[in-house]
Amino acid sequence: MDSVDLSTKEGEFLVLLGPSGCGKTTLLRMIAGLERPTAGEILIGGRVVNELAPRARKIAMVFQSYALYPHMSVYKNIAFPLKAQGVPKATIPQKVEWAASLFGIEKLLQRKPRQLSGGERQRVALARAVVREPSVFLLDEPLSNLDAKLRATARDELQQFQRRIGITTLYVTHDQIEAMGLGDRIAVMQGGKVRQIGTPSEVYDEPADTFVAGFLGSPPMNVVEAPDALIGFRPEHFLPREAHESPAGLTALPFRITRVEYLGADRLIYGVLEGKFQGAKVIARLPSTVMAPVEVSRRYEFAVKEKDLKFFATATGLRTRPRPL
Amino acid sequence: MATLEGDARAAAGARAGRLGFLLDRPEWLGPLMIGPAVLYIVLVVGLPFFLALYYSVSDITMGSRTLGFVGLKNFVSVVSTTKFQTSLKNTFVFAVVSQVLVMVFANVLALALLKDFRGKWLIRLLILLPWVAPISLGTIGWLWILDSIYSVINWTLQALGLISPDNWPMWLGIPHLAMGSVITVHVWRLLPLATVIILAGLTSIPQDIHDAAAVDGAGFWRHLFQVTLPLVRPIMLVAALFGLVFAFTDMIIIFVLTRGGPYDTTQVLASLAFFTGIQGGDLAEGAAVALFLFPLLLAVAVVFLRIARRTEVT
Repeated sequence: MDSVDLSTKEGEFLVLLGPSGCGKTTLLRMIAGLERPTAGEILIGGRVVNELAPRARKIAMVFQSYALYPHMSVYKNIAFPLKAQGVPKATIPQKVEWAASLFGIEKLLQRKPRQLSGGERQRVALARAVVREPSVFLLDEPLSNLDAKLRATARDELQQFQRRIGITTLYVTHDQIEAMGLGDRIAVMQGGKVRQIGTPSEVYDEPADTFVAGFLGSPPMNVVEAPDALIGFRPEHFLPREAHESPAGLTALPFRITRVEYLGADRLIYGVLEGKFQGAKVIARLPSTVMAPVEVSRRYEFAVKEKDLKFFATATGLRTRPRPL
Repeated sequence: MATLEGDARAAAGARAGRLGFLLDRPEWLGPLMIGPAVLYIVLVVGLPFFLALYYSVSDITMGSRTLGFVGLKNFVSVVSTTKFQTSLKNTFVFAVVSQVLVMVFANVLALALLKDFRGKWLIRLLILLPWVAPISLGTIGWLWILDSIYSVINWTLQALGLISPDNWPMWLGIPHLAMGSVITVHVWRLLPLATVIILAGLTSIPQDIHDAAAVDGAGFWRHLFQVTLPLVRPIMLVAALFGLVFAFTDMIIIFVLTRGGPYDTTQVLASLAFFTGIQGGDLAEGAAVALFLFPLLLAVAVVFLRIARRTEVT
């Protein structure tokens, strides 16, 4: 962790995105109070909580493993935080019912965690987290243990649920699709630092440095070396000249194709640039609506709109102002 | 290519010979591997056990040449003696009290050892020491500690002014103190094993569960009694079962410290069996005493293992 400066807005869904080992989970655990920062302050609801134990921070956390208590029934799992916080006994059953109904798990209350599927466990973990109505909701890769199909629906439900209850949510993931799909804003982290924070379109379209440019997008942004700068452009903006609507404002980049991957909805074209950026390996992504024939080992006239070219300083990798090529 | 491989296989087969052929087949290898263990159990455990079973319903004595069947006569005559009844009561007191203490202290120690602190290795070593030291040797050490004249405890207490020279407690000579002493030594002896077993159980609880409990707002006691202890319970039961059976059947500490005295107040069934059967020469009655608790211990073992399986968590 190194000089992270981050603030969330009330009710916001903020995603911490980064490769494994970038410190995003550590940051989350510091906010939860499970780990101590060596310096700096953590504020929740305007109050410094550095010295407070996790229990006093009014936060709820959902762990990657869900961390359900294996010896307790679903009901007892959800009731646990209420009992621990001294909620009056009489009101516990109705609160548990309420949390269970939010996630449609009323029928599972008497089961033990080991009798539940992955998706059901995740719902129980979420119900246990919301039942005490926390002021911050911390989620540590809660979808990573679900299979791909379930993950899509769980993502959708999670977002709907967050919108409905409006609790400030911090969500850690290494999956950019999750991040782009869920976040109001995304904080892209690397090496214990926040590289950029912004809306999904800001971090995708206007990356602050070459790391963010290379981390987001699949395949990532092409970055080629010019004599005095690095130039980046997204594969989907790198199209045959005739595929652009108008020839105005285009930067031509002759392209020799080495391989074509047909992916159904689009084609990925691998190849090397010729001319000014001789030998630079780049990828183009052609949507299926672009019918232009492409053949391996032939040279084509490809082009990028000038506004889609992003410039980075060679030494630092930071974004610089655009200039003519 | 195919012939080359075939040749190689044939050559290897010839080298390994018949033994290799046997070792390659699970239906032969399995029995071969387990054979020594089975043989060991039959000869060293099974044979003496069934011999004792037969002795207990016979009229054998040391030096006698007869081995007549007398039915349950030995049991009947043994059970009616006050010596046996006292020993039976003592056995339960000794086993249950020592096991309760072992479980409590082992949990405390294991929880303490789970945390990281300076000099942890030294503490671990000290705690494990009673287990690795030969038990009779350790007990002889205790014999000195509890001695009526040289007791270091009494000397210390006197130096501190807590007792005067004319009312020194006789640790092994007064009924209640003697029982307390043998229980203490037994606890000292079994504690390391129970601690290590429970420590293993504690380390197997995922850190996430502890973190979840902390975030959920559980304080120390709630965390301990509602999360940690229930999760180590299955493995704790294994430790308790082992300790209990051990306490019911072992006599070495009592044999070294008190020989069952004073006035049989520390006599347990295991030591009584030894004194009756081996020292007293009445093998039949000794066997009857020794086997008296066998059905009970078997039942205890079955019950414990059932509970352990039922509470097993995944």
